[in-house]
Amino acid sequence: MVACRAIGILGRFSAFRILRSRGYICRNFTESSALLTRTHINYGVKGDVAVIRINSPNSKVSHLISAIQSSIEIMNKSWPSDSIRSCRTYLIKAQAALFMLAACKTPQEVTQISQEAQRTFEKLEKSTKPVVAAISGSCLGGGLELAISCQYRIATKDRKTVLGSPEVLLGILPGAGGTQRLPKMVGVPAAFDMMLTGRNIRADRAKKMGLVDQLVEPLGPGLKPPEERTIEYLEEVAITFAKGLADKKISPKRDKGLVEKLTAYAMTVPFVRQQVYKKVEEKVRKQTKGLYPAPLKIIDVVKTGIEQGSDAGYLSESQKFGELAMTKESKALMGLYHGQVLCKKNKFGAPQKDVKHLAILGAGLMGAGIAQVSVDKGLKTILKDATLTGLGRGQQQVFKGLNDKVKKKALTSFERDSIFSNLTGQLDYQGFEKADMVIEAVFEDLSLKHRVLKEVEAVIPDHCVFASNTSALPISEIAAVSKRPEKVIGMHYFSPVDKMQLLEIITTEKTSKDTSASAVAVGLKQGKVIIVVKDGPGFYTTRCLAPMMSEVIRILQEGVDPKKLDSLTTSFGFPVGAATLVDEVGVDVAKHVAEDLGKAFGERFGGGNPELLTQMVSKGFLGRKSGKGFYIYQEGVKSKNLNSDMDSILASLKIPPKSEVSSDEDIQFRLVTRFVNEAVMCLQEGILATPAEGDIGAVFGLGFPPCLGGPFRFVDLYGAQKLVDRLKKYEAAYGKQFTPCQLLADHANSPNKKFYQ
Amino acid sequence: MTTILTYAFKNLPTTSKWALGFSIRPLSCSSQLRAAPAVQTKTKKTLTKPNIRNIVVVDGVRTPFLLSGTSYKDLMPHDVARAALTGLLHRTSVPKEVVDYIIFGTVIQEVKTSNVAREAALGAGFSDKTPAHTVTMACISANQAMTTGVGLIASGQCDVVVAGGVELMSDIPIRHSRKMRKLMLDLNKAKSVGQRLSLISKFRLNFLAPELPAVAEFSTSETMGHSADRLAAAFAVSRLEQDEYALRSHSLAKKAQDEGLLSDVVPFKVPGKDTVTKDNGIRPSSLEQMAKLKPAFIRPYGTVTAANSSFLTDGASAVLIMAEEKALAMGYKPKAYLRDFMYVSQDPKDQLLLGPTYATPKVLEKAGLTMNDIDAFEFHEAFSGQILANFKAMDSDWFAQNYMGRKTKVGLPPLEKFNNWGGSLSLGHPFGATGCRLVMTAANRLRKEGGQYGLVAACAAGGQGHAMIVEAYPK
Repeated sequence: MVACRAIGILGRFSAFRILRSRGYICRNFTESSALLTRTHINYGVKGDVAVIRINSPNSKVSHLISAIQSSIEIMNKSWPSDSIRSCRTYLIKAQAALFMLAACKTPQEVTQISQEAQRTFEKLEKSTKPVVAAISGSCLGGGLELAISCQYRIATKDRKTVLGSPEVLLGILPGAGGTQRLPKMVGVPAAFDMMLTGRNIRADRAKKMGLVDQLVEPLGPGLKPPEERTIEYLEEVAITFAKGLADKKISPKRDKGLVEKLTAYAMTVPFVRQQVYKKVEEKVRKQTKGLYPAPLKIIDVVKTGIEQGSDAGYLSESQKFGELAMTKESKALMGLYHGQVLCKKNKFGAPQKDVKHLAILGAGLMGAGIAQVSVDKGLKTILKDATLTGLGRGQQQVFKGLNDKVKKKALTSFERDSIFSNLTGQLDYQGFEKADMVIEAVFEDLSLKHRVLKEVEAVIPDHCVFASNTSALPISEIAAVSKRPEKVIGMHYFSPVDKMQLLEIITTEKTSKDTSASAVAVGLKQGKVIIVVKDGPGFYTTRCLAPMMSEVIRILQEGVDPKKLDSLTTSFGFPVGAATLVDEVGVDVAKHVAEDLGKAFGERFGGGNPELLTQMVSKGFLGRKSGKGFYIYQEGVKSKNLNSDMDSILASLKIPPKSEVSSDEDIQFRLVTRFVNEAVMCLQEGILATPAEGDIGAVFGLGFPPCLGGPFRFVDLYGAQKLVDRLKKYEAAYGKQFTPCQLLADHANSPNKKFYQ
Repeated sequence: MTTILTYAFKNLPTTSKWALGFSIRPLSCSSQLRAAPAVQTKTKKTLTKPNIRNIVVVDGVRTPFLLSGTSYKDLMPHDVARAALTGLLHRTSVPKEVVDYIIFGTVIQEVKTSNVAREAALGAGFSDKTPAHTVTMACISANQAMTTGVGLIASGQCDVVVAGGVELMSDIPIRHSRKMRKLMLDLNKAKSVGQRLSLISKFRLNFLAPELPAVAEFSTSETMGHSADRLAAAFAVSRLEQDEYALRSHSLAKKAQDEGLLSDVVPFKVPGKDTVTKDNGIRPSSLEQMAKLKPAFIRPYGTVTAANSSFLTDGASAVLIMAEEKALAMGYKPKAYLRDFMYVSQDPKDQLLLGPTYATPKVLEKAGLTMNDIDAFEFHEAFSGQILANFKAMDSDWFAQNYMGRKTKVGLPPLEKFNNWGGSLSLGHPFGATGCRLVMTAANRLRKEGGQYGLVAACAAGGQGHAMIVEAYPK
């Protein structure tokens, strides 16, 4: 599930906050005029401590480096060595070397950049005057590498302050000495964990790990805005420590706990080290299935540094950094990062009226999930269901979701209670007259949806938006009975709502721009990555999945066992195997969708015999929710066993496999090409507005392999021609379902045409 | 926290003796405030309102406030409360049957005497026909007891009410863990030996870990000292300023004690021990000695230390409140009127201790008074940093505009009228009992120093606050 995790974490990238320290008078330096032109870096002296403030929402690592270089220069040259006893670097945030790398063409160029950064940070590390890093906000990637080059670190203890090396999520490695310094600082196992998962580490955890030396509590209102004063306070505290370090009153060495000491001791034994490398490597190979090169290179570089000394380590780090930056995987992952940034913006602008009161119809899995991600963002939410048992189940789901966060210490029990008080559970329409938006998550049945739409429209105010959480029913059909179709929109959430980041918003021709703006604003508030698509059967996500599912059925009918199919799909990079996916989604839902879309699109969505699903439903094999599907699910049993009762169904529908298209690779590509072909067709038909949204939707909503970057990035990187060739081969065997769409054919015909220029 | 505070405080060097010079030592926090306002006429002659009963404090007493773990350590809370009540009976000679109601405030409750007001009243010889109840509102519990009494009298339900407060930090309820309690309760209900055995088999050693009463704010899990330290930092109050203020409090308290101004203190003959006659927490030290202490909460760089915080205290207080006409009819010469009061509450995390800042302007406006009308300020001193942060907040237009919805700042109370006889930092702070001490000190100061209006204000856990106007009774 590394892929899944990777994406999960990627999501946090966009949470950067910009803080600015205002009103501070500092001395300017003629020598640093180049610096001053960059407003996000600011340099001054307080008493005998030099203070550099780096305040960079999107700064490039190159800026960071030149700032450090200049400040070291200034310290050495223009000030008598005794007038500045110590230097303090002030980091607000800085992120990975992402933007700079995009301009590089060869691995050598990238290596060079890495080496330059390594040299600068080494100077900083070896500075005779103590350097203290004060951290507030995100300190990720290059920012963290800078911080760990300093002699002492102080961080603000708030939720915004996180430290981490997310480079792996972009398919690269920490290239400015991070792979060498981190293991020395937090120990080899913890360093591996940080660099291989890219996880964000909160300040208090960082203190325990030894990643930061002191914490500063955020301050409340005083004589200035709290944020501003907190930053000032952080600076004051950091200056005290800088002076203390300069006077040797404070030791930069920290006391290690017993466990830490033992681990450190164990790591001095070569045999233990080898075992650790081996174990970590095994685990990485198992999780990445060899699809992601970065983690293995990180292990390699760390190993080189420890076993052969830091010179070799630094060299290896810069070389591997250069190699990785040029890989397809890294391009795909960086593409996803950019796409995600794009999908975190509201292209419709701010809505006329902010949604403050939300009402959700249906307290099922989806409805309660939507409620959960809404209440914790401060939305007053009504959860309405038809029955008390249904409602109670939904309320419990919301509570459990919040309570799990309390157990993980992400929330306090008090915060949980006050968040939970935003939720009102009820069986009637009381209070709907105040609702700014209603999201219905009732059963997928058109007549039922019509009924609730009419009921709701009778009680809601004029400005209220009606959103339907449907996975396949066309919104225009739902809106057909509405008095105000311009206020009707589709909001397709993915299950489980609190974990899945994607939200697919569906607009009909009648949907007004303000309604769209409102829906996107709510989605963004709920922390979702949003794609906006046009209405049509299956919209974008369900529509892409359906032909692939049809192919899954055909492959099963051809006698491939579900376990084998699962391993084929996961080894291609899908986080969940195809057969398991059907079980997870629910066989009845899959059947429903297959029938609906089959009717709408005809033969192109054929392939497998839908009879398979029908028979499964009639026998009650609905997937995980009923305990049986392709697999048997038992409470507390982890290993999955095949459902032997499926054999007779599969046998009765068996069709002979075609040997020319049944190699493992062919099976994988039959699934993927149908997916990709349909995605491109969605762009061709205008369902999708941009390829980037298509890629984000496929990866975040459907688990399309992140290492491939999404269907469109995949076409670009794999080659449209090669893909069309494969489609044609399968078309010859199976017919129309594999006919490449026009846009894909166009791309194949002119090799210069790319979805991403 | 308990141990840190008491431990560190005990270590405060006392060798320097109670240097008298301290009271004249120039204090940096006061220098800017020295410019005393010119003599002004009062905005109002009195706060008597038509058609509303005047309510008076006939008198009030308190036991000496002692560092917890000293002479009261073997007593129970109602014992200390009883001492205050008998002291009040003795001081006022009020006939027991006249008292209509008794209300006491307390914070950390002794489970055996959860309605400590009733237990203490019975033991102090009040009539068993006089009902009594206990209130709790953290550090302003006694204030709540008094204002509850004011409400009862104003609404005509009662004529004579005794209000007070008690706290005994020497003994606090330490409980079994929840798991252990559950096991014990289940055992109680178990019917057969088999059931009992199966329950006992569920016992684990960690069940025995005790549960201490929380010193921390329930909603934020932050201790008050920690919050005070952050508050001081938010208002940029330095360590030196805090130490100077604490020194002022101790010096003034010492002076007041020596001059016999703390007339609300009644001697308490503790069973088996000597008679306690005075507060034992007043210890003026030197700034140099105070500077040596390490921060108690935010370590290693915080500014709140044991020396500039109020210490854990045992003690009780009680006041006799009456409708004016009743008091006069009974031939009393009351000490003061209890006038307008106000409760406020705000964010328990970042504004936990800013109650006085919020409550002061509101109660003044309600009474139609200005800061200049007040002759005696009696503010509860939880921490030096808290008092100074409140000063800075009251002196800030920015804070007033952004957080209080006011156009201009509240204004600073002049330091020469402020806590002139010491405060909670030096006299001690038995949580439930401080409110009555504030009111009685204000009343006694008005009589002694000759003024008309006093302002009492205090902060409390939960981000709450209180302020009340005390008007001197015409001589």
